Amino acid sequence: MTTAALIATLVKIAVFFGITISLAAVSTLFERKISAWIQQRYGPNRVGPWGVLQPLADGLKFIFKEEVAPAGANRLLFRLAPAMAAAPAFMTVAVVPFTFPLILDGTRIPMAIADIDIGVLFFMAMGSLAVYGIMLGGWASNNKYSLLGGLRSSAQMISYELAMMVSVITVLTLAGSMNLTRIFEAQIPLWNIAVFPVGTIAFGIFLIAAFAETNRHPFDLAECETELVGGFHTEYSSMKFALFFLGEYSAMVMMSGLITTFFLGGPSLFGLVNGIEDPWIKVLAGLGVFLAKVCFFLFLFIWVRWTIPRFRWDQLMHLGWKLLLPLSLANLLLAGTLVATGVL
Amino acid sequence: MQVKRLEKRLTIAERLAIPEILKGLAFTFRIMFRKRVTRQYPEERYEAPIAAKGQPLLVENEDGTPRCVACSMCEVVCPPKAITITGGETEREIEREPEEFRIDMLRCILCGLCEEVCPKEAIVMSDRLELADFTRESLVFDKRRLLTPVSELSNRIRYTKEKYDKWHSPSS
Ligand code: SF4
Ligand code: SF4
Repeated sequence: MTTAALIATLVKIAVFFGITISLAAVSTLFERKISAWIQQRYGPNRVGPWGVLQPLADGLKFIFKEEVAPAGANRLLFRLAPAMAAAPAFMTVAVVPFTFPLILDGTRIPMAIADIDIGVLFFMAMGSLAVYGIMLGGWASNNKYSLLGGLRSSAQMISYELAMMVSVITVLTLAGSMNLTRIFEAQIPLWNIAVFPVGTIAFGIFLIAAFAETNRHPFDLAECETELVGGFHTEYSSMKFALFFLGEYSAMVMMSGLITTFFLGGPSLFGLVNGIEDPWIKVLAGLGVFLAKVCFFLFLFIWVRWTIPRFRWDQLMHLGWKLLLPLSLANLLLAGTLVATGVL
Repeated sequence: MQVKRLEKRLTIAERLAIPEILKGLAFTFRIMFRKRVTRQYPEERYEAPIAAKGQPLLVENEDGTPRCVACSMCEVVCPPKAITITGGETEREIEREPEEFRIDMLRCILCGLCEEVCPKEAIVMSDRLELADFTRESLVFDKRRLLTPVSELSNRIRYTKEKYDKWHSPSS
């Protein structure tokens, strides 16, 4: 690797990672703001103008809180679990293309930290890892309610992962590549969500599964005050607890990024941004479009959470295994047939 | 016995849930732009209605003397024994006035019995409802802090008199 490429990678890591973390922090603020608006309240508005410093205040508060570990907890796993819950979301940042590749003097610098040809596989692997943090967190706490929360969420994540991955394979079939940059580039003429019916159905399934994968409402059975006291994180306090939350919100940001890349053409906007001549402006405009789409999905995540009542446990499993999985398989079959016969 | 089934059969659209979810989302979206109902407390204060019973205060006449005659009726009636009075003599026509008059606001339950029982309308409930402080000592009010000019309390005095006249009208 040349020095220039190394520097480019380091800059990309700093910028994209920073964007993800700050989006996660901002979405905690908006989670509280939007929940307040939906309930005709103001939400946090005391720390800084309009409450913008609230995430910072929250973070400081978490740092100063006492760390408590329950008696009989598995020390190693108890400490490891929060990191394991947050890490997969952070690692996924590596493969998401945030904007168009930068073309300088004929060299193409892809705008994903690692523009690997197995990006989708990497995302699938990380998605499967996410369940371990939650499961181990629940188990290591030596608390039956935490364990139940962990069990529920692992069962839920495993069952929804299937439908999600099958719908991703549908996208692969349409794009013909596993590289995420190529996937969005293939959508510049027509976004996958508009490829009726296969793209639209795959989008719907992916969206529902994304809610389940990130443990968000209406699929947030891993945490439940009334049945489980808290959930897998009942016994966690201070920064460990904060890490679980940071992980959850980063996973939300990453899921929004992936939905955008898979179905909404990533940074492209009806060919407008694509046509810009100046390479830097094109990259920045692409980044803006991409982030706008991500923010829309973050808003959707929060909006849905404060609107819909949650599912019952058996309804959740029913939806995952008996509805989404067969539907996604049929959709994949249809997509395969259409692509093979040259219709799409 | 005839049983009426109230349970409604869901239509296919309702069973699919998606139209209903969209309806719900549209509804919450509209609510987001409604007027907020929260009172922004330290800036927007609560205007206590005249019937509110806040901290009891002693009435101070226009000439700066306490109206209280140290009869100790309020001291006796006070359920949590929050009032302590040391009586004393005075040259004024009323002959007696309190040398010291303490209300322990840590004990006071704002029941208003002192106000009701006072023969001289010398102790009335005010609209002071923000009764928090940092030390115990500062919450025991002495005579100096309790005496309030009658002009500030005249509304409440008029109100209690009105109520009294209504319930104890001479005709009944
Ligand atoms: S309001 Fe009630 S509790 Fe308070 S001083 Fe008067 S009689 Fe006592
Ligand atoms: S009842 Fe009235 S006059 Fe008698 S001691 Fe109490 S405040 Fe004074």
